[in-house]
Amino acid sequence: MAFDLTIDDLGDLVRGAALLGTGGGGDPEIGRALVAEALRAHGPIRVLDPSELTSDDLVIPTALVGAPSVLVERLPRGNEPIDALRRLEQHLGRKATATMPIECGGINSTIPLYVAARLGIPVVDADGMGRAFPELQMETFAVYGVPGSPLAIADERGHTAIVQTGDDNKKMESWARAITIRMGGVGYIAEYAMDGPTVQRTAIPYTLSLALRLGRTIRTARSNHRDPADALRDELAGTLYQHGAVIFTGKVVDVERSTEGGFTRGSARLAAFGSESTCVIEFQNEYLVARVDGQTRVLVPDLITTLHLETGEPITAESLRYGQRVRVFAISTPEVMRTPEALATFGPAAFGLAEEFVPFEELAAVAAS
Amino acid sequence: MRIGIDVGGTNTDAVLLDGTSVLAETKMATSNDVTSGIINALDELHRVRPFPTESVQAVMIGTTHFINAIVEADRLSPTAAIRLGLPATAALPPLVGWPDRLVTAIRGRGYLCHGGHEFDGRLISPINRAELLRVAEELSSLGIRSIAISSVFSPVNAEMEQEAASLLLEQLPGLHVSMSHEIGRMGLLERENATIINASLRELAENVCTGLAQALSTAGFSAALYLSQNDGTLMDVDYARDYPVATFASGPTNSMRGAAFLSGLETCAVVDVGGTTSDVGILQGGFPREATAEASVGGVRTNFRMPDVLSVGIGGGSRVRSTDGQVTVGPDSVGYRLHEQAMVFGGTTLTATDVAVAAGRADVGDASLVRDLDPALVRACLDVIAGDVSSVVDRMRTSPAPLPVALVGGGSILLPDELDGAAKVFRPDHFAVANAIGAAIAQVGGEVDRIFAVPPGQRDDVLDTAKQEAVDRAVAAGAEATSVEIVDVDEVPIAYLPGNATRIRVRAVGDLTLRTS
Repeated sequence: MAFDLTIDDLGDLVRGAALLGTGGGGDPEIGRALVAEALRAHGPIRVLDPSELTSDDLVIPTALVGAPSVLVERLPRGNEPIDALRRLEQHLGRKATATMPIECGGINSTIPLYVAARLGIPVVDADGMGRAFPELQMETFAVYGVPGSPLAIADERGHTAIVQTGDDNKKMESWARAITIRMGGVGYIAEYAMDGPTVQRTAIPYTLSLALRLGRTIRTARSNHRDPADALRDELAGTLYQHGAVIFTGKVVDVERSTEGGFTRGSARLAAFGSESTCVIEFQNEYLVARVDGQTRVLVPDLITTLHLETGEPITAESLRYGQRVRVFAISTPEVMRTPEALATFGPAAFGLAEEFVPFEELAAVAAS
Repeated sequence: MRIGIDVGGTNTDAVLLDGTSVLAETKMATSNDVTSGIINALDELHRVRPFPTESVQAVMIGTTHFINAIVEADRLSPTAAIRLGLPATAALPPLVGWPDRLVTAIRGRGYLCHGGHEFDGRLISPINRAELLRVAEELSSLGIRSIAISSVFSPVNAEMEQEAASLLLEQLPGLHVSMSHEIGRMGLLERENATIINASLRELAENVCTGLAQALSTAGFSAALYLSQNDGTLMDVDYARDYPVATFASGPTNSMRGAAFLSGLETCAVVDVGGTTSDVGILQGGFPREATAEASVGGVRTNFRMPDVLSVGIGGGSRVRSTDGQVTVGPDSVGYRLHEQAMVFGGTTLTATDVAVAAGRADVGDASLVRDLDPALVRACLDVIAGDVSSVVDRMRTSPAPLPVALVGGGSILLPDELDGAAKVFRPDHFAVANAIGAAIAQVGGEVDRIFAVPPGQRDDVLDTAKQEAVDRAVAAGAEATSVEIVDVDEVPIAYLPGNATRIRVRAVGDLTLRTS
């Protein structure tokens, strides 16, 4: 169902987006501030139901690419994602009728909202990751045959570039990454232009409104003194994501990080309260795999999230620190992200993990037996 | 010997310490001008336990005066924020997201100028001299006397902020300049916010610090004067003049550190019961547990280190009501009017203190005035107090194992010797002045928070460099070199960037070197 997004929705949306960021995606707080300013100046944003799109629609997703730790210093000028969108429109010779997130987790849930508010166009309630992933080819759009390029990238000076790599979405990612570093570590992009039926065929629907619902669920659970994890599990049951469960509760005892190949790779070790049990979570920007006492419990692309023990607020991998008390909460991904072709693009093997993907709800059943 | 003073909203507490023994303690009413209350407290300390003033080597003061000025949006100077970063950053200008009330109180004004660095040291833009000269003219015509300067990536490269500061000072001698690289860590908006808050307090800080120094010398002290900071460490009074924002969370920090010192507990919950609220914090290894969320002060996001404190509206002055057999305590309080309005002092308002006296837990005022209180009401009221406070302790507790609980503050007489979920309840000696003791035993710290290039195989060397820098900073701040310890190391590699760029944050803390006079 289409709806209008107002400034009162932002806190919940950003909290839910941080959850779907599955440890990465960048802190959406700056995105929240940007959208809040745009909403004050331009009024509410129309959020479209993807089923309402037609073949006359041209949807151009917009996003930010780069290092979240650079973004917190080098704030945008405000024109960048709009310049990227305009540049791609010019290249295609057509105007966008709507924008859309490529990634519903982290700050990239908010960039299209900012573009939509500024330009007075609607944003589609869907995305191509259903969570956050570190690379631009890791999209259901790509999995189901949509080329990411031509991609337009812009900086704060109004400089733009078009990256055209044909059907090779991985090459598009590496070229865009190189330009981003020269731009100062953060760039703004428009890519994966598509018509309405293609959105309906390849996108994960209703993920913006899902972020909003999940953020609201955490907030209201807290004010009703209800366990946020229980409330999240109940809320997820009625969605494409279906399953959510706490797989571990404990304290962060070690965080190891290293920069390899342009990513943050590492692991966090958690110790249970009052038992010898430990949980190890490995990450590449986002959480990839969680193991409890050596037994695999959640594998990418299923979502691993870390929640502040008392408040249920999502904590990103970048802000995990020694001594924090957290719960590890797993969420199953929609079926469209668990097909063989989807797993080839963003399953365990795409991250160099040897294990075959097994849905976390099945692993949970094994662990319980 | 050293003297610790805590200037609270209601009381000014003072203690005299010789090494680790408490020689004397006093509790006096806080004065409007802060300093005469301190003089009264020092006189009283001297009366209780005469001592030669020259034997006092250091006076440590904890005060909530500056944070209260922000919370109340009062006593603040007209302030401008100048940010160097164009053409980047314009989407979120200075003061974005600030409450209108506070912007009005500081007559806040933001200027976006060219400048700033990239993460790797490249320039975003050079400084534009003409642009800054126009800003100087406008500041002058508006009568703005204090400014905050921020620049993109200034924690990595501070040159731009320094260059802009000296250019503006040439035009406007006497201007108070606060630079963001000296105030906060990475995160432009939060760092800039803290810098603007600091700038708005500079004139007040001048007055208060000058007053404090004069008060001490008038009282015949030649001791060094320190103020306590958010993390329980100290800064000298001249530093406080320039960085008043660093005192913000010192109140709860001091009471927790004081509780740790008095009880000998390293890991425990601390309940500080004052006149209006009970504040609960957690000590881990002798230091307050820090809040995980970004700290918000007066509605403004900052990135200070703040202790994680949860408060409940129960204190010695809390009003007690009974309707249809349902007893409520607080959250409203008679506050500093306790000595006029509470029943044990001849007043007509039933307060938590009256109930504690009726129950025989406390001996203040005239117990005969509460002799006729219904014992059932007294019991119900004390149950409510104990229940509410232990539920806050329970919320702060993060492991199923019960924690020891240390009770401090004048109002802790309201609480029983056993609490649900507490392993054991400690009520240390001198509990009523724990925060003044926390001020007296404070340490000094040094911190490094920067992006380092970490060449392959040289991580340990880079970490050692960072640690040494933090130790040097602690020693420069007055720590005794042999006592300095590294208490926190945090590394965050910056994703997607070449050269293994890593943000390294190190904190070192040590005992204060006492000068012998």
